[in-house]
Amino acid sequence: MEAALQTNVQTCYHCGDTCEKEPILAHDKAFCCDGCKTVYELLDENNLCTYYNLEQNPGISGKEALNESRFAYLDDAGVEAQLVSFRNDAICKLTFYVPQMHCSSCIWLLENLFKLNPGISESTVNFLRKEISLTYLHGQTSLREVVALLARIGYEPEITLADTDGKKTTKPNREIIYKLGIAAFCFGNVMLLAFPDYFSVANSLQRTFGSFFGYLSLILSLPVLIYSARGFFITAYEGIKQRMVNIDLPIAMGLQALFFVSLYQIVTETGPGYLDSFTGLVFFMLIGKYFQQRTYDTLSFDRDYTSYFPVSVTLLKENGEEEAVAVRNLEVGNRIRIRNQELIPADAILLRGTAMIDYSFVSGESEPVEKVTGEVIYAGGRQVGESIELEVVKAVSQGYLTQLWNNTIFSKNESQSVGTYANIAGKWFIIVTLIVAAGSLIYWVPRDTDMAVKAFVSVLIIACPCALSLATPFVHGHTVRVFGRNKFYLKNTSVVETLAKIDTVVFDKTGTLTEPSAAEVSYVGKTLTPEQEQSIKSVLSHSTHPLSQRIFQSINSDIKSVENFKEFAGKGITGEVDNHVLLIGSASFTGIKPVGDKALLNTTVYVTMDGVLLGYYTFFNVYRSGLKQILCELDDRKLAVLSGDNSHEEARLVELLGEHAALNFNQSPVQKLEYVEQLKNQHHQVMMVGDGLNDAGALRQSDVGVALTNSITNFSPSCDAILDATSFDKLGLFLRFSKTTMRIILATFAVSLVYNVVGLTLAVQGLFSPIVSAILMPISSLSVIIFATLSVKIAAKRAGL
Amino acid sequence: MVIIFLMIAVSVTVAGCFLGAFLWAVRSGQYDDDYTPAIRMLFDNEAVTDKKEKPAEPAS
Repeated sequence: MEAALQTNVQTCYHCGDTCEKEPILAHDKAFCCDGCKTVYELLDENNLCTYYNLEQNPGISGKEALNESRFAYLDDAGVEAQLVSFRNDAICKLTFYVPQMHCSSCIWLLENLFKLNPGISESTVNFLRKEISLTYLHGQTSLREVVALLARIGYEPEITLADTDGKKTTKPNREIIYKLGIAAFCFGNVMLLAFPDYFSVANSLQRTFGSFFGYLSLILSLPVLIYSARGFFITAYEGIKQRMVNIDLPIAMGLQALFFVSLYQIVTETGPGYLDSFTGLVFFMLIGKYFQQRTYDTLSFDRDYTSYFPVSVTLLKENGEEEAVAVRNLEVGNRIRIRNQELIPADAILLRGTAMIDYSFVSGESEPVEKVTGEVIYAGGRQVGESIELEVVKAVSQGYLTQLWNNTIFSKNESQSVGTYANIAGKWFIIVTLIVAAGSLIYWVPRDTDMAVKAFVSVLIIACPCALSLATPFVHGHTVRVFGRNKFYLKNTSVVETLAKIDTVVFDKTGTLTEPSAAEVSYVGKTLTPEQEQSIKSVLSHSTHPLSQRIFQSINSDIKSVENFKEFAGKGITGEVDNHVLLIGSASFTGIKPVGDKALLNTTVYVTMDGVLLGYYTFFNVYRSGLKQILCELDDRKLAVLSGDNSHEEARLVELLGEHAALNFNQSPVQKLEYVEQLKNQHHQVMMVGDGLNDAGALRQSDVGVALTNSITNFSPSCDAILDATSFDKLGLFLRFSKTTMRIILATFAVSLVYNVVGLTLAVQGLFSPIVSAILMPISSLSVIIFATLSVKIAAKRAGL
Repeated sequence: MVIIFLMIAVSVTVAGCFLGAFLWAVRSGQYDDDYTPAIRMLFDNEAVTDKKEKPAEPAS
């Protein structure tokens, strides 16, 4: 780290940020801020500096000051009971979600927490899930101290309202691993016992031990039939109950045929049976299922509003004291304090302060809304600016947002996807199989009854479309991984297939097409002299209003002293610079008639000097980079924009999206949902791309709901896929690639069909024997797996993903 | 050739033991996280050092 000290651009020893101001030098190291330095000192004191040796600059920036009184609600026994998963006389166990975790240093530090707080007896990290499981002695430390310690070293756990819902995190699903293990065990042993059959040399052996081997294999196959293969039978049965054929039906049929023919042959001592093929098939197909099931544990796709709200809020007691209470315990009539950047947890009336509520996440309005004393503020907004006092008028569970969320139309009818390729193929498969089986039966019955039964059963066995059922999970599984590498995370593998069918793409505007944090400021009016600009900037420098801040940042100039500065909440500001009186604010405040209709819709700030209008500032959204390119790539699809904002950006959107795109403004969350529903009723396959709670309904209603987020660990509404904003420009590429994968699946089907034709030819002639089955089945399964894997990899490389 | 009965019995029993071990491993949660243990095992156990002692410089 000495090198960092010598160079001009210094990076923080703790977090690796460049030190913008003068770096703080301490202990021969440079730090960007006091926060980072404090963490270093804490670790140094406790001999935990290995943290810095494992990775370079592993720390999390401590720039944002920590308000530890925030954690006071954790002292509440009720809250604690909801968070803790196990408690006895001495210890408590619980699991936190820590999204900041990012490297091996983090794991090391988090697992050495006991050195910082002896009350913590054990801490174990699950890095992929970004979770830390803690055991602490509640006699020596408290939940609050543990959380405060985590926050102090930069790993503040994310505790949201959902955690206190009493819904304990589901245990990881181990069933598939059990099934796979048992199938592998049985497969291996049955194959060993079947080995003598493969060689005619072992005929004498077979005669002596045939029935012993047979019965042993039968016993070994029972767990496979009853436990491992259960999933296939259940899905097939459910399919029949709903009167449709899915891919599992021919599989279940084939598996049953295999097992019962083997049973018959072993009991009657007419042959060795096909139990090796049977167990092998189940094993291979379970591998496919396992592969398909492994998705992104870290990401939650099914969050609801409760994981958006914080757990605690500052309550103002009657004697003026502040106390942190759990949001769930808020009652009507409570007074609460909301600070800058905090969420409003319940519908409330503004009592004191200037409320600038950023509703962009809830309603899609791009500019913060100003509220005056006495107005109702709906839950979900984020306060920007000074701290405000509110009186709660509705309990959290009764609030507008909560009601909206619980609206029945918001819940998507989760019907099983019937039209997947595999299911359609399965339907045809079963028809063809039955025809061929009946044909061979009809052909053989007059000639040889024994042969007829054998041929009939052989057809059913060989037609078991295991290769078919392996193709889809492997192709989709690899595609999901390819997408994941490019920061596009799918909820499950079936989303790939839906993606390929998308013909309509609906975008939300605020936060999706536009950068949420940036806005362009443009000035219209008389040309400003440098002095005038300087005066404007000087006056603005005294205001914390977000609009003032934006204009302030757009002007490059020094600041002069301002006299008689006054701020009128909700109207504007005034001040004197060099004896010129400046008024900056709304049209009515500055005494100006608004110009034109369009200007009315735009957020506009007027500037007058000594009563003379100079001009006005308007704010434009900044569209994400690469937007033009995506829209070009999506050209063959129908495009639409749903915006909760007003229509002042219409002209620019038309220019971007072209004439044919449907633009809808002032859309409420329900209207957005209905719009998507309407498109679906016209038999469009709709993809909705949105970011906020206001899109939540539309995201669920659409065939594929994509939540766009700047940080994947942040809250995002429930959806089918999460797209990192940095990969937004690849959206068109993703859609195209999903189409390519569908072609790969078809090719894989063709490969497996070749095997089936060969097998069927042998089967109808009655030549199908255990040895043929033992060779053909694994080869077809393996070749399908290899073909699927390789072709997806090659296709991804070609597509540049 | 009767020895084959014994051999098969032994082999299936041994295999059964391994299956049992596997099921126990899954049950005890060893398959829940297949990433972190791989990193954890690389951490060195440090000797208890004096508080004032400077940490070793990171290999860059």
